[in-house]
Amino acid sequence: MKIRVKINGAWREDDVAPRLLLVHYLREVAGLTGTHIGCETSICGACTVLVGGQAVKSCTMFAVQADGAEITTIEGLAKDGQLHPLQQGFWEEHGLQCGFCTPGMILSAHQLLARNPHPTREEIRKGLEGNLCRCTGYQHIVKAVEYAAKASGK
Amino acid sequence: MIPESFEYHAPKNLAEATRLVGQFGADGKLLAGGHSLVPLMKLRLAAPKHLIDITGIGELNYIREEGDRFEIGALTTHFQLESSGLLKSRCPLLPETAREIGDVQVRNKGTLGGSLAHSDPAADWPAAVVALDAEMHAVSASGERRIPAKDFFVDLLATALQPEEILAAIRVPALPARGGDAYAKHCHPASGFAVVGVAARVVLDERGNLAEIGVGITGVGPKAYRPAALEEALRGKSPGRKRLEEACAHAADGVEVNSDLYASAEYRGHLAAVYARRAVEKALERASENSQIS
Repeated sequence: MKIRVKINGAWREDDVAPRLLLVHYLREVAGLTGTHIGCETSICGACTVLVGGQAVKSCTMFAVQADGAEITTIEGLAKDGQLHPLQQGFWEEHGLQCGFCTPGMILSAHQLLARNPHPTREEIRKGLEGNLCRCTGYQHIVKAVEYAAKASGK
Repeated sequence: MIPESFEYHAPKNLAEATRLVGQFGADGKLLAGGHSLVPLMKLRLAAPKHLIDITGIGELNYIREEGDRFEIGALTTHFQLESSGLLKSRCPLLPETAREIGDVQVRNKGTLGGSLAHSDPAADWPAAVVALDAEMHAVSASGERRIPAKDFFVDLLATALQPEEILAAIRVPALPARGGDAYAKHCHPASGFAVVGVAARVVLDERGNLAEIGVGITGVGPKAYRPAALEEALRGKSPGRKRLEEACAHAADGVEVNSDLYASAEYRGHLAAVYARRAVEKALERASENSQIS
């Protein structure tokens, strides 16, 4: 089936099988491997991207469902060589160790700050409940999101 | 994990969707959010030949106030229900239940109708719609009918919907004066599903006795149910702590209680009593606050 999607600001058209998952489409067809595949069972959140501004687990959606939609992946956040405040926050606050969960974590945090620009620590934890990290114990991730909230508020 | 091949259909309105559902019968499956169905397809526990994606049907996505009732389109997402200011003030049980479902990403995509039609015995919504005596509005190419919540859930993953029918809307009563409701859930720590989930709505009379009570329990048996003995023990009575505790001991009476690696039937039965008490207690507390205001 023909689909047309706008990924990180650029429209593209592809012919895909209906059973192709969005995450496989992004990684293998569009070549954007920043979106990771973790559990494949809609638990871990590593594959989180924004579709129409909403955080979704791209392993639990078919590419054909995204026809006509705007998609943001981790590759779309930095602008003109400048890290996005969330990326900067993860850097400054040591929000990652192995980095596997980071792209999904950042895109979930992106939606969280879009809905609630000044979240409390508890709201940050609730907002990231769909993303698992096996390294950091989450503390530094929460700090990274706080950093971004502050940096964006300036 | 790659599902079996299927043909994809994306009808733009309800009429087109009912036609496709009628045409494909058992070979077709509705996609209404996909957060139960897609994982099942990836595990190849489900392999529909035709996937009918109804999520683009705007006419099934709404929250409408109709006098003392709400009609909610089946494709309203958990997030929309969770964040509706109207529901928070007029039917707070729904946002409170929505908030407990899965995680943020799941709530963005998952829908009320999709969850109800899937009838997972550990899903959250069945408790709320059973407690509220909701009415399910089913539509097919040849007509429509309303199914009371108590008749809607038939068994594990089975509802009263016929293969050619689509669940189009759900109608629930708004919170009445001197009413209160609450959802109390023991969440499975990994999956987020309800090990036990109890929804309660109560209405007090002028003297503070329980005029009406509706309780819905999910996670405990093969389908959500109303604990009749529990409700009977409280209806018309003054709700003291001791009476509440005694009544809630009947939360799983007559139910074949589920047992799994996480919770044995005995433990789950115990949780049912504890969470029933917490839900009813919280609902009473809110009802009594609402009585003072009005």
